[in-house]
Amino acid sequence: MKVRIKFSKLGSMKFIGHLDLMRYFQKAMRRAGIDVAFTEGLSPHMIMSFASPLGVGLTSEGEYMDLELGTLLSSQELTDALNRVGCEGILVTGAWQIPEGKANKAMTLVAAADYTLRFRRGYAPKGDWQSGISHFFASDSIRVWKKTKKSEKEVDIRPMIYRMSVQSGTVSLQLAAGSAANLKPELVMDAYLESIGEEPKPFAYEIHRCELYADLGQESRRRLVPLSELGKEMVREAEHG
Amino acid sequence: MRKLALSDEILLQVDKPARYIGGEVNAVQKDKEKVEIRFAMCFPDVYEIGMSHLGIQILYDLFNRREDVWCERVYSPWPDLDRLLRERQIPLFALESQDPIREFDFLGITLQYEMCYTNVLQILDLSRIPLLAEERTWEDPIVIGGGPCAYNPEPLADFFDLFYIGEGETVYDDLLDLYKKCREERCSREEFLRRAAGIPGIYAPSLYEASYCGDGRLASFAPVKEGIPKKVAKQAAVNLGETSYPEKPVVPFIKVTQDRVVLEIQRGCIRGCRFCQAGMIYRPTRERELEKLKEYAWKMLKNTGHEEISLSSLSSSDYSDLSGIVNFLIDEFQDQKINISLPSLRIDAFSLDVMSKVQDVRKSSLTFAPEAGSQRMRNVINKGLTEEDILTGARQAFRGGWNKVKLYFMLGLPWETEEDRKEIARLADRIAREFYEIPKEERSGRCQITVSTSFFVPKPFTPFQWAGMFPAGDYLGFARTVNHEMKEMLNHKSIRYNWHEADVTLLEGALARGDRRLGKVILSAYQKGALFDAWTEFWDFDRWLAAFEETGLSLEFYTLRERDPQELLPWDFIDIGVTKDFLIREWEKAAKGETTRNCRAGCSGCGAAKYGGGVCYEGKN
Repeated sequence: MKVRIKFSKLGSMKFIGHLDLMRYFQKAMRRAGIDVAFTEGLSPHMIMSFASPLGVGLTSEGEYMDLELGTLLSSQELTDALNRVGCEGILVTGAWQIPEGKANKAMTLVAAADYTLRFRRGYAPKGDWQSGISHFFASDSIRVWKKTKKSEKEVDIRPMIYRMSVQSGTVSLQLAAGSAANLKPELVMDAYLESIGEEPKPFAYEIHRCELYADLGQESRRRLVPLSELGKEMVREAEHG
Repeated sequence: MRKLALSDEILLQVDKPARYIGGEVNAVQKDKEKVEIRFAMCFPDVYEIGMSHLGIQILYDLFNRREDVWCERVYSPWPDLDRLLRERQIPLFALESQDPIREFDFLGITLQYEMCYTNVLQILDLSRIPLLAEERTWEDPIVIGGGPCAYNPEPLADFFDLFYIGEGETVYDDLLDLYKKCREERCSREEFLRRAAGIPGIYAPSLYEASYCGDGRLASFAPVKEGIPKKVAKQAAVNLGETSYPEKPVVPFIKVTQDRVVLEIQRGCIRGCRFCQAGMIYRPTRERELEKLKEYAWKMLKNTGHEEISLSSLSSSDYSDLSGIVNFLIDEFQDQKINISLPSLRIDAFSLDVMSKVQDVRKSSLTFAPEAGSQRMRNVINKGLTEEDILTGARQAFRGGWNKVKLYFMLGLPWETEEDRKEIARLADRIAREFYEIPKEERSGRCQITVSTSFFVPKPFTPFQWAGMFPAGDYLGFARTVNHEMKEMLNHKSIRYNWHEADVTLLEGALARGDRRLGKVILSAYQKGALFDAWTEFWDFDRWLAAFEETGLSLEFYTLRERDPQELLPWDFIDIGVTKDFLIREWEKAAKGETTRNCRAGCSGCGAAKYGGGVCYEGKN
């Protein structure tokens, strides 16, 4: 049975890298006694995958992980079992059964992400840095130098910015995410600051991921749906009675 | 949420920030207002090494079982953070509360190897605790050391208020209770130390004084006051079944060296190898009961979620019911996809059988530690392993499908000759021949034999504690002899030979058998930048040579000199149960190449029987 869980990664857990988070969940599954299925072969490992790795330093309330269970559990049972053995800062907020098949994997589906971004105390530019955001978002193209492993190239990031707004110092962003196109919020903010003549500084932002979406739209029309909505609540017979 | 001692900006700049945030599963959080004693437990090396140490886990669990104590952990900040802490003047903190170490009542530091001594000073320095114990006040924690290097605490005497000699399970309660009492009575720090020195196993270095002969040898060592014991007796938990075991060890976020459940099956070793300190200081050998071990295995796997379990002990093959515990682990846990990692076992039919059950034979390698190449030298060191044992084990293993073998030897042992060194290469060759004697169609490819040698360091409380060491050039010459002989061997293409650097060996030797004057050298080396000396990338012998020069002490005096059995040794004031007479007897037998039987084959009267338990009383009521 394929299951998707949603979890938050808060506080000091932002310093736990992607691979270590995977290890954390593998051990948590064992502590909780959850019957996760294993791969075949010489070195079997739990069938488990994250929707989209979260960078070190970011917090989130919209992380997803898919796993395969050998035994039926209700959404509530699974959530409670994991939270009972969890540590402060990692909180499972939901669990759903999802359809079988590679095309339904969170990792394959993820298409967009919501973020909020604030300046760390003492790092905000002096003066009004907020009012230019709507103008920036309204531009037709935003060309930035993007570093890849091999080289640096100029790309237009504007098509990957789906929403951008600011309210009381908090910037909200909806950006392309996933394997087809992926845009990091700090890159957008750096580009914005440069566009208003401010110099971006390292460690300046506190970034929080709010949600991850699949795109169920046809052709070029986007229809973003949170990954949780592609699954169904798991209920056990006994719970009805 | 817990507040961290370090800002995001700092944590995002350093490698592996998870080393410093605490908050791991099973880490113990308490209300600091509701405890009376705050204890910071330190392993003076990086987090991944420190978190892999069973002894600290045992003490962490033991202390935190007390309602009035909150024990937290602290490890050496890696050089990247070390620099930032100094630049920004941030005091070193404990992982759980993230509070500065200086606010604690105790700072306990485990001393597992000599090359961590400069890291001890780093911990004190970054915590803003005066490096010299004599400069501390009640504003500072009581700094207490323990672990194997505490069996010769003298080189560190200047930096510690107390040392705990022996196993932590026995008198820590008494020490903590005394501390509470003394603080209630508003005793002076000196008064507390004086009273602590009265607890068996506790050594307060400031209450003892050493004097030296003209040639540098120790002339006298005695308490400075009336009522301070002349001898400090090692503490041993005689009945391990009555001690507590950490059923909920802390589960690190990052991968640490020992990322698994560790079951200590026994303490001590019956073998009596003459170079081995652990084999003497942990006497008498005591086993844990099989049923208890099974219970711990279940609980610890459940409480940690680890996917691997390993057994820990010296010479595990000597555990009386090894097949019982190994088969239990295989039967109970293999289906749950839990890896079973075996300690190094004597290679025989049983061990080959269990190894083939828990690992991929073609990928894994077998380990032999003959320690010396010739039978004569193996008798000198009392390594109860014959060439026949090794060759038979290798033959069985090759027939079972293994083709990788690792061999460990020591060079620079007392009474070792050129011929003995060459025998290392020849033994490796004879093992290879066992492989090639198997008909071609029954063996797979070629065999790979890896030979590693380390240079022998004489340690306190061993029969070899009097042995002289060699100049660095001689050590490298020994390795060249082995390397040259390797090339002469028929099967040299199947054998790889590695050896270590010699200068670390010499420093380790000096610190291991040094006296309290060496404190000045350690301090000076630290001030010159020595840190993480156990790490090749940070090791710099020149700093240490300069430190010796500056303090006018001689590295050669502490290393090259063979001691006379009549000489007063800096650690003679410690009583480990094993008597000096026994060690002298063993030293003399070694000179003649005579062996001593193991404890189970018969008692040799080492003195450890006075603890009243363990192997000394097996089969007796």
